[in-house]
Amino acid sequence: MPTTALAAYSEVTASEASLRRFLHGLPGVDQVGAEARAAGLGTRSIKTTAKAWALDLAIRMVDLTTLEGQDTPGKVRALASKALRPDPADPSCPSVAAVCVYGDLVGEVKAIVGSEVNVAAVATAFPSGRASMPVKLADTRDAVANGADEIDMVIDRGAFLAGHYLQVFEEIVATREACVRPDGSHAHLKVIFETGELQTYDNVRRASWLAMLAGADFIKTSTGKVQPAATLPVTLVMLEAVRDFREATGVQIGVKPAGGIRTAKDAIKYLVMVNEVAGDDWLDPDWFRFGASTLLNDLLMQRTKMTTGRYSGPDYFTLD
Amino acid sequence: MASTSSTTGGFEYAPAPESRSIVDIKPSYGLFVDGDFVDGQGSSFKTINPATEETLAEVAEASEADVDLAVRAARRAFRGWSRMSGRERAKYLFRIARIIQERGRELAVLESIDNGKPIKESRDVDVPIVAAHFFYYAGWADKLEYAGLGANPRPLGVAGQVIPWNFPLLMLAWKVAPALACGNTVVLKPAETTPLTALLFAEICQQADLPPGVVNIVTGAGATGQAIVAHPDVDKVAFTGSTEVGKAIARTVAGSDKRVTLELGGKAANIVFDDAPIDQAVEGIVSGIFFNQGHVCCAGSRLLVQESVADEVLARLKRRMGTLRVGDPLDKNTDIGAINSSEQLARIRELSDVGEAEGAERWAPACDLPSSGFWFPPTVFTGVTQAHRIAREEVFGPVLSVLTFRTPAEAVEKANNTPYGLSAGVWTEKGSRILHMASQLRAGVVWANTFNKFDPASPFGGFKESGYGREGGRQGLAAYLQGGDL
Amino acid sequence: MAASRIDVRKTYKLYIGGAFPRSESGHSYEVTDSKGRFVANAALASRKDVRDAVVAARKAFGPWSARTAYNRGQILYRIAEVMEDRRPQFEEAVRQSEGASAAAARAQVDAAVDRLVWYAGWADKLAQVIGNANPVAGPFFNHTAPEPTGVVGVLAPQSSSLLGLVSVVAPVIVTGNVAVVVSSYARPLPAVTFAEVLATSDVPGGVVNILTGDAAVLGPWLASHMDVNAIDLCGVAGSPDLATSLEVAAADNLTRVRRAPDAEPDWSAEPGLAPMTAFVEQKTVWHPIGI
Repeated sequence: MPTTALAAYSEVTASEASLRRFLHGLPGVDQVGAEARAAGLGTRSIKTTAKAWALDLAIRMVDLTTLEGQDTPGKVRALASKALRPDPADPSCPSVAAVCVYGDLVGEVKAIVGSEVNVAAVATAFPSGRASMPVKLADTRDAVANGADEIDMVIDRGAFLAGHYLQVFEEIVATREACVRPDGSHAHLKVIFETGELQTYDNVRRASWLAMLAGADFIKTSTGKVQPAATLPVTLVMLEAVRDFREATGVQIGVKPAGGIRTAKDAIKYLVMVNEVAGDDWLDPDWFRFGASTLLNDLLMQRTKMTTGRYSGPDYFTLD
Repeated sequence: MASTSSTTGGFEYAPAPESRSIVDIKPSYGLFVDGDFVDGQGSSFKTINPATEETLAEVAEASEADVDLAVRAARRAFRGWSRMSGRERAKYLFRIARIIQERGRELAVLESIDNGKPIKESRDVDVPIVAAHFFYYAGWADKLEYAGLGANPRPLGVAGQVIPWNFPLLMLAWKVAPALACGNTVVLKPAETTPLTALLFAEICQQADLPPGVVNIVTGAGATGQAIVAHPDVDKVAFTGSTEVGKAIARTVAGSDKRVTLELGGKAANIVFDDAPIDQAVEGIVSGIFFNQGHVCCAGSRLLVQESVADEVLARLKRRMGTLRVGDPLDKNTDIGAINSSEQLARIRELSDVGEAEGAERWAPACDLPSSGFWFPPTVFTGVTQAHRIAREEVFGPVLSVLTFRTPAEAVEKANNTPYGLSAGVWTEKGSRILHMASQLRAGVVWANTFNKFDPASPFGGFKESGYGREGGRQGLAAYLQGGDL
Repeated sequence: MAASRIDVRKTYKLYIGGAFPRSESGHSYEVTDSKGRFVANAALASRKDVRDAVVAARKAFGPWSARTAYNRGQILYRIAEVMEDRRPQFEEAVRQSEGASAAAARAQVDAAVDRLVWYAGWADKLAQVIGNANPVAGPFFNHTAPEPTGVVGVLAPQSSSLLGLVSVVAPVIVTGNVAVVVSSYARPLPAVTFAEVLATSDVPGGVVNILTGDAAVLGPWLASHMDVNAIDLCGVAGSPDLATSLEVAAADNLTRVRRAPDAEPDWSAEPGLAPMTAFVEQKTVWHPIGI
């Protein structure tokens, strides 16, 4: 993946001091201005054909997620079936992008979805990230060995907030190496910041650049276990980061807001933001995902409303 | 990646028009004098929709005699209104504020139709601030003795108010709300190209059972405004508009006892330092000059960007400008609506052509403009120097001039190097520099790390040739009270 | 046996930029006392002196307005101290100019000194009294505070040659403005003595410039001057046509005008805030509040 443009950043990550200088040299983010911009984009009115197009795209971008202690093989198989055919009554309804589960359940999902839908596994001592490095890497390798197409890792927020940026960087690099399969291919790596714990948009921008320099394929807002999870302004800052990163290095990175996106209306606001901030190159499941569970049914209900012209009800969509 | 298929077709927003069925535009309008709509004694004129050039209504042009009748009505009403307890006056203003909220959608749609501004601005900015303005000053009506403007604050009498076309209803609110709260009565003239929301406001005054004559609205052009300003029984003149007319008003009232506030033109510097929060700065530049088609006296029409980041800021600005949607003002996704009039469009074109002729480089994103109506694309001029006319004269359109600077001192010098002094913007993450710049900039409003923000509690007005007096806040009361030391 | 001593007669000059030049025109005029007896020749300021004084004032404006309010207050108090020291000279000038009794002259000097002390105290309080924190409906710090308007032309009162003069100059400079003053035409001597006090009171050169001469002649140049920000027309009180023409001239660059009263006011009355607020601009500053 590294290009010559990206290679130019090797000096940045050569030492703790240079990495800190670089991250702290990024332009600041004014909270009020960023939130106002996000709110402004949220007032776009997406109707008729545009809405129908956006709803299908949003369905295709969903990482259908269950990350509960009570998850069982039966539960995740049901979810996997839903991922394949979100609306059994309508064969024209697309599949979602991926199913996201804990690493030990990857095989159960894989058995159902095959290669039609990706399987994503959370790893590196999700959600807290509080474990030793060997444990985090073993967690990752285990999920990859189980067949995961994608790994959603968490960063060590403690290290990040303590200013140990190089440590966070090296953990991402090591995790990415752990994503490599015997055949040389690698599971796509999503790096979760838990932006609710990073607190400031300045930190979100720094974390974005740090992860992108370390080889992340996607940057992701949240685990879903901490409030606030994904928000429009946090996603705005991350979209600006991937936009700027591609401009600087030629490398395109994906963005995944996760947690708290429950309605089709919200999802469309995100798509508008992707469109107007990063550009339509990102309007694709390869480059933008929604980490969500209940969102899918609302997208399906709105989709049905668009096709039938009447409001639907929850009884007409599967609960999995 | 065993990927889902990628068939990106591009996100084309379908039209999302706000329904105009909520407004009921009459074929013709008279003047609002002494609580009733009356026929004018003069001629009439048409107001058009600048987005389509369709005629909306025929509006009376108030003659000098009409103005005199309105001033007499205001004078008669002054006696009762000024003696009414502040508590009662307040309740009328609260009523008006509530009705404005209730009829907000109607006012917003009408404003966009008559003015050409995007519905999202009339709906989310103009009308909410109008209501807020009436709420704010309603609360002052029974608290004037606490305003620090003297122990026995008393109104001036009849206020003659002349307002512009860029924020028709908002400027009305800025003028009417404090005047009424202080116990004055008013004769107000809306701009000739945008009379309709003022006439709807007249209906709202009726709906609120405001005593007749407290608010009088006379439509017309410059001669009607001049008749108001020159009327011997007008005690106070409040004007928002061009510096040229402001100076003429100052001459007209010379030697009289009339109190005057003038809110005039501007050529604001929006200063971006190399340590600015760059994405928000770009947003601030965009809202600074493209908000309301740049028909804003405090628009950030001169971008002063530090040389070390000039290329980067410009690249980001141009990319952002590419996402601006120009078109139907009633479409909820429109960012830039119609230019208010053919005259204004001609002026914008003329100054832009001069900019090009003087050697500045002109750029605008590709955008399809409607075939009828008055339109101008968001435009930026680079390579502009202080000597260019587009760096000195108010364009009053979506046209940005970009200049560069090297040091804070140079930024201050260039920012202040203008006869105007209404507003300025500063973008830097360094707190002490913000405070330094704010103190050095000779402008009545300094927006630091933000731009074009308005609030009824926040005084607004200019230095130098941008006029005098303040509107908004406690200071806004001073213009309508005897004594009235700020 | 000894011959009576010949007086050393003083030549009264202008006060511009901290120096005492003669009028650029070379003209002077006879100043007489209240009984018409010759007292001295005073410089007759010309339009070019107005021009030079405005340039000197503009140059002084930046540094003066940048001084701390505390410092400006200290300097105004210093003026009062130095005046106090020169009381006999001022009493003599007022007595001579206005034909006042010794007691009345003394009272006027007392009041003038006291007025300076009063204004000195305002330097660091006016912003607190007329400025505001504005509770706007959003995450913004927003405040409004007065700032000096700039170069102020002051047509000083014609009758009250000292108390009136001090009462129109002090509010201008205490707020951080700089002044170009045209003194009383017939009674300029207290103004000249006041200039000498200013020159020895830590007041930076150019902050106050005093021209002796005719307001009817100099006023139009001041009012129409494009680099004058405000003008006090007090000195043409009682000449409404002249006042109107000056207000019209001032409109060319929207010079702020403090209109002339119908007649000179009772200078002993408490001035209130108006003399200061007429020459300040309220500046509002916004900044987002965020993390």
